[in-house]
Amino acid sequence: MAVLTGVLARGRTSGSGRGPGHGLPVTPWLFLIVPLGLLVLFTYVPVANMVWYGFTSWDGLDPVKEPVGLDNYVRIFTDPQMFEVFFVSLYYLAGAAVQLVLALYFATVLSFDTRFRNFFKGVLFFPYLINGVAIGLVFLFLLRPGGTLDATLALVGVSEPPQWLGDPSLVNVSLAATSVWRYLGLNFVLFLGAIQSIPGELYEAADLDGATSWQKFRYIIAPAIRPIIGLTTILAISGSLSVFEIPWIMTGGANGSTTFVIQTVQQAFQFNKFGLASAMAVVLLLIVLLVTWIQRRLFPDERVDLT
Amino acid sequence: MRLRNHLRGGAVVAAVALTVSACSAQAGGGDTSGEGEVAGEITVITQRTDIVDTVFQEYKAEFEAEYPDVTVNFEAITDYEGEIAVRMNTDDYGDVLLIPNSVQPDQFATFFEPLGSVEEMGQEYRLVEEKAYDGQVYGLSITVNTQGLVYNKKVWEEAGITDLPATPDEFLDDLRAISQNTDAVPYYTNYADGWPLSQWDGNRGAMGDPAYQNTHVAHSDTPWAEDEWHGISDGLLYDVVAEGLSEEDPTTTNWEESKTLLGTGQVATMLLGSWAITQMRQAAEDAGGSAEDIGYMPFPYQVDGTFHAQVAGDYKNAINVNSEHKAAARAWIDWFAKESGYAHDEGGISPLLDGPMPETLGDFEAAGVEYVELEPAPQGKESYEADVVAAAEIDLYGNIYRQQLVDVARGAGGGDKESFFADLNQRWADARASVGE
Repeated sequence: MAVLTGVLARGRTSGSGRGPGHGLPVTPWLFLIVPLGLLVLFTYVPVANMVWYGFTSWDGLDPVKEPVGLDNYVRIFTDPQMFEVFFVSLYYLAGAAVQLVLALYFATVLSFDTRFRNFFKGVLFFPYLINGVAIGLVFLFLLRPGGTLDATLALVGVSEPPQWLGDPSLVNVSLAATSVWRYLGLNFVLFLGAIQSIPGELYEAADLDGATSWQKFRYIIAPAIRPIIGLTTILAISGSLSVFEIPWIMTGGANGSTTFVIQTVQQAFQFNKFGLASAMAVVLLLIVLLVTWIQRRLFPDERVDLT
Repeated sequence: MRLRNHLRGGAVVAAVALTVSACSAQAGGGDTSGEGEVAGEITVITQRTDIVDTVFQEYKAEFEAEYPDVTVNFEAITDYEGEIAVRMNTDDYGDVLLIPNSVQPDQFATFFEPLGSVEEMGQEYRLVEEKAYDGQVYGLSITVNTQGLVYNKKVWEEAGITDLPATPDEFLDDLRAISQNTDAVPYYTNYADGWPLSQWDGNRGAMGDPAYQNTHVAHSDTPWAEDEWHGISDGLLYDVVAEGLSEEDPTTTNWEESKTLLGTGQVATMLLGSWAITQMRQAAEDAGGSAEDIGYMPFPYQVDGTFHAQVAGDYKNAINVNSEHKAAARAWIDWFAKESGYAHDEGGISPLLDGPMPETLGDFEAAGVEYVELEPAPQGKESYEADVVAAAEIDLYGNIYRQQLVDVARGAGGGDKESFFADLNQRWADARASVGE
C-alpha cells in the first residue's frame, strides 16, 4: 500500500513541475501492462491464429497445419454456394431497419411524460435480458403448427395459418421477427439514454416558439442523437451479416435459413475444414470493417452542437 | 436423454474422419499399454452426462473394489464431439476417452495408445478393426448396435398389417394403410434435431454384402442410383415425405417428444439404431403403455429372401497416449467391456465375441435377420470415403443434405427427386475425381 501510494504521489507530482526525464513517463505503462497483456493474449493472438489457420488446410486436430496459400479465399469468392447465404442476411437487414424505427419511436414517446412510462420501458427492454437459447425455444413452441400463435389466430378466425417455420418463403421472416423482438430493447435503451441527455430548456424554448411534436423530433431530437443512430446502424448491419444464435437454435440452418456464420460453423465442425472456416471468419470480419468504413465516409462523425 | 445425438452415424465405417491431412503418425512400435502397475488416479471421459452420477458411480465402486489401488474420476461432456477435439490439441484429455469420429485412422497413434494387434484382440472382441490402423487396435466398443426401424406394434396391427414389409414399396403401402386406417403419423423424420436423419446412413449392411463399402459408396460415381444403398434408402425417405406420410411440419420436430409420440402410438415408425429400443420402451411405459408395444423391424429390403442388418460398434474406449497411468486405464477399458454390463443395460450387443444377444433384438431373431459386419477399408484406403465426403460436402454421416432432401420432397425446395439425386451423384463424382483413387 505504501508503495502504491508512493507511485501515485510521484505520478501526480510529475505533471506539476518536476518535469520529464525523471523516469516517470514509464509509470502509466506500468499500469497498462496488465490490461494490454490481457488484450493481446485474448484478442490479438487468437485473431492472428485465426488468420494463419485461414491459409492452411487444418482439420482442427492434426498437429501439422499444411499451408495452402490463398486456396481457401479463392474457394470463398468463386463458389456461389458460399455467398448465396448472404441473401438470407437481407431479411435480417430489413428486420433491423424495422427494429431501429420502432426503437426510435418508442424511445421518443417514452422520453416524454407518458402514463406508465416506466412500466413500458421495462416491457420493451425485458426481452433483451432473456437468454437467446430460451428465446429460441419459446418461439419454437410459439410458431409450431397448432402452437400458441396458431391458437391465437384461430380465436380471431384464421383457420388455416401458414407453417411459420416450415414454409421456406416465411421461415426467414419468422426468424428475423424473433430477432427484432429480442434486440429491440437494446436499441431502445441506447436511444432513450441519448434523448434524455438533451437539456430540457431546448424543449421549453421550442414550446414557446410553438413547435409541434414532429418539429421537436425533427430539429432537436434527431440531430442530437445522430451519433447514436450512426452507431446502432453499424451494429444493426454487422449484426444482420453475422446472425447466428436464433436460426441455429430454432432451425439449425435447415429449410433455407442458413446464414454465413452457420455455414462457417458447419464447415468447421461438420466437414472439419477449420482452415476454410477461419478464412470465412476473416472474410466476414473484413466485410464488417468495410461496411463500417463506408458508413463513416457517408455519415462522418460531426460534433453535435445544439446551440 | 439426448445422449445419442453424439452417436451420429454410429454405425458408420471405420473412417469417419473428414479432411485430408498430412500423415504424421506412426504406430507406437511394440509398446504395450499393459506395462506398469495397475494403480493411480485415472480420469475417464464419457458422453453419458445423464448417467454419470448414477450408473457410472456403481461402475466406479465395483471397479475400485476389484482394483483397490486405482481411483476413477469421471468427466462427462455434453457436446462430446465438439469439445473433445479442441482438448485433444493439448495433452490433457483424460486417461480413458472415447475416440471422436473426427479423428482419422492415420492420426490414431498420435493421440491414443495401441491396445494390441487386430488378430490378438479380434479373438476376444467384436469389430476391433473399426478403430484400427496398421494392424493395431486403438479402441474397444462400449456397446454394439444394429440398425432398423422402431415401430408401434399396436398401430401397425390396427392398420391391418400382419407381415413385415420386405421391399421399400411394401413399406410405402404399409405407411399408406396406417395413414388411412389410423390417426397416427406413419413416419416421423425428426428433421429439426437433425442427427436422427444421419441414422439412414448406418445400415449399409442391409445390402447383404460385407464388402459393400469397399466396392460401392466412395467407390461409385453414382451412390444415389436406384440400385445402390443411398439411392434405395434416401429414395425411400424421399418417397415417404413426398407422399405426405411423415409429420406435417418437419421443422418443428422434437426428439424428446418423439419418444412419447411413438410410445403412445401417435407416431407409427422411426428409423433408428437398436440403441433406441430401450428408450422407446421406457417412453411407452412412462406414457401408460406397455414395453410390448414397441417393435423393431429390419430395413425393408431383402437379398435372396433374407433381411440383413448391419452391426457396428458404438463409441470406442481408448487410452490417452500421454496418460501417466496407462495400466490402470487399460484395466478400466477391459473391465468396462467385460464386467460392467453396460452394453446389456443399453439393450446393445456385447462387445465380446461370446457375449449374450440382448432380448431387445428378439424381433430380429423372429424375422430371421442375418447380421452383417462390414469389412474395414483396405490399408491405405482408410480415410478415402471421408475424403470424398469432405470434398463433396455431402455429409453422409450428418443431417445437412438429408434435411435438404426432405425440403425438396415436401415441395419446400426447388427441384424433384430426379434432379436432386442427379445433383448429388454429380457432386459425388466430381469429388471422387478431385480426391483421386
